[in-house]
Amino acid sequence: MANQSIKKQALSKDRIFNLILVISALVLILIGVGFFFSLLNASLLSFKKFGLAFFVGTNWDPVQEDFGALPYIYGTLITSFLALAISLPFSLAISIVLGEYFQKGFFAEVLRYLTELIAGVPSVVLGFWGLFFLVPLVREFEMKIGVTPYGVGILTASLILSFMILPYSASIGKDAMRLVPVELKEAAYALGATRWEMIKNVMIPYARSGIIAGVILSLGRALGETMAVTMVIGNYHGIPENIFSPGNTIASVIANEFTEATGEIYLSSLMYLGFTLFIITTVVNLTGRLILKKLQH
Amino acid sequence: MTVITILSTVPFILVLFFILKNGISVINWEFLTTLPKPVGEPGGGILNALVGTVMLISIALVISVPFGIMVGVYLAEHSESKVAFVARLVSEILQGVPSIVIGIIAYLWVVKPMGHFSALSGGVALGIMMLPLVIKATEEILKLIPREIKEASLALGVPYYRTILKVMIPAGLSGILTGILAGTARIAGETAPLLFTAFGNPFLNFDIFKPVSSMPLLIFTYAVSPYEDWWAKAWGASCILVIFVLFLNIATRMLSKR
Repeated sequence: MANQSIKKQALSKDRIFNLILVISALVLILIGVGFFFSLLNASLLSFKKFGLAFFVGTNWDPVQEDFGALPYIYGTLITSFLALAISLPFSLAISIVLGEYFQKGFFAEVLRYLTELIAGVPSVVLGFWGLFFLVPLVREFEMKIGVTPYGVGILTASLILSFMILPYSASIGKDAMRLVPVELKEAAYALGATRWEMIKNVMIPYARSGIIAGVILSLGRALGETMAVTMVIGNYHGIPENIFSPGNTIASVIANEFTEATGEIYLSSLMYLGFTLFIITTVVNLTGRLILKKLQH
Repeated sequence: MTVITILSTVPFILVLFFILKNGISVINWEFLTTLPKPVGEPGGGILNALVGTVMLISIALVISVPFGIMVGVYLAEHSESKVAFVARLVSEILQGVPSIVIGIIAYLWVVKPMGHFSALSGGVALGIMMLPLVIKATEEILKLIPREIKEASLALGVPYYRTILKVMIPAGLSGILTGILAGTARIAGETAPLLFTAFGNPFLNFDIFKPVSSMPLLIFTYAVSPYEDWWAKAWGASCILVIFVLFLNIATRMLSKR
C-alpha cells in the first residue's frame, strides 16, 4: 500500500517534470515568435507611412519626419562585403595551415589560441583601439593618396570588421579542410601532385561548400556588428561617395539615435530598421547553417 | 601561406599590446573602489561600472541558466519531436540575431512596459543572448552520455525526474559549465543592447529596477568623450574587461578539453 503511493507520487512528479521540459521548449518558441511580431508591430507605424519606399529613400530627417533607409542599407552592405574581401585570403590561409600543414603541435596550438582570443575581445574595446590606432593610420594613408583625410569611414570600419570575422570563417574553413578524405589526398600525391597542387586542386574544391558556409556565417556577423563600427564609421547621414568617406550602417544608426528618438514615427522608423536587420541576418545565418548541416551528413 | 597566417595575428597582438600599455598604469586600488568624479577633478574610479556588470551578468545567468538547461534537456530527450525541431530552429535564429536587435526587443518587452531604463531590462537582453549557448551545450553533452547510465538509474527504480536531475545533469556538468562560461564571455563585453536598456548610471546602484552602468557601457561613453582624463579611464576599464573575458575564454577551453 505504502509502496504504491510512493510510486504514484514519483509518477506525478515525473509528469510535472516532463511538463516543465515541454513548457520550457514552448516558451523558447514563443520568444522566437514574439521577436518577430514585436519588431513587426513596433515598425508598423513607419511601415504604414513609408511602405517599401523606406528602402529607397535617401532622406533621414527627424524634424520633417521623413525617413529613408537607403544610405544605411548601402553602408551596411558595403562595409560587410569589403570586410569579407579583406579577410578572405587570411581566413583561407589559416584554414589551410591549421587544416593541413599544422594539424597538431605547438604552432597550431598557439595559432588557435590567438585566433580564438581575438574573437573574445569585446567589440567596444576593438572600436576604442580602432579610434586611437587605426584611425590615425588610415588618415595618414588617405593624406598620402590625396583623398580627404577623415580617418573615420567605410574603410576603417571594414578593416575592424575583417579582424572580427576572421576567427569565425577561419575555424569553419579549418573544419571543412579536415573533412577532406585522406584517400583523396593520397590519390593526388600518387598521381605526382605536389603539396600545393594537392591543396589547390583537391582540398579547396572539396571543402568549397564548407568555406562558403564560413563566409556566409561571418557575413551574418558583420552585418549586425554594432559598437566597433559605430565608433569608427563617422556617422554621416548620406550615401558615402567612396570607401574613404564616412557613412553609417543600420546598426550604427540604431545605436546612435535610439535614446534620442522623440517622435513616434522616428522611433518606429528605427524599429523598422531593426526589423530589416533582423530579417536580413536571419536569412543569411540560416542559409549558412543549412549548408553546414548538409555538409555534416 | 604560413606568412599570411602569422600576419593575420598581428592586429590581435597590436590590440592587446595597446590596451595593456595604456591600461595597466591606470589600474590601482582607488580606480577599482571609487565612483567617477566630474570632468576636470582628478581621481575617481569605476566602481559603479564594476557593480553594474556583476549585476547584469547575474541577472542574465539567473534567466538563462535554468531555462536553457531545461530546454537543452528537452531537446536531448525528445530530439525527434516537432516541438524540438522548431525550438532548435529558434535557438539557431537567436544565436544569429545581432545584439542591437536583442536590445530593441528588451526595450519593447521590459523598458517600455516599466516606463524606465533598468538593470533588469539589460539583464534580460544579455540573458536572451547567452541562452542559445547554454541550450546547445546542454543538449550536446546529454547526447554524449552513454544510454546505459540512464538505463541503470531507471532500472534501480529512480524516478525519471531524479534520473535527469541527479544523474544525467551532474554527469554532463562540465559540458554545461562550458556553455555557461562561453555564454558569460559572450555577454561580458556586450554593449549595444545596454545602450537603451541598462542605460548607464554615474552613481552606485544595487536596485535592479533602476539604470546601472557597466564596464562596456563606460568604455563606450568615455572613449567617445573629448576628455583625455576619461580616455585614460577607458583604457584601464578596457584592460580589466579584456583580461576578464580572456580568462573566461581560457577557462572554457580548459573545461571543454577535459
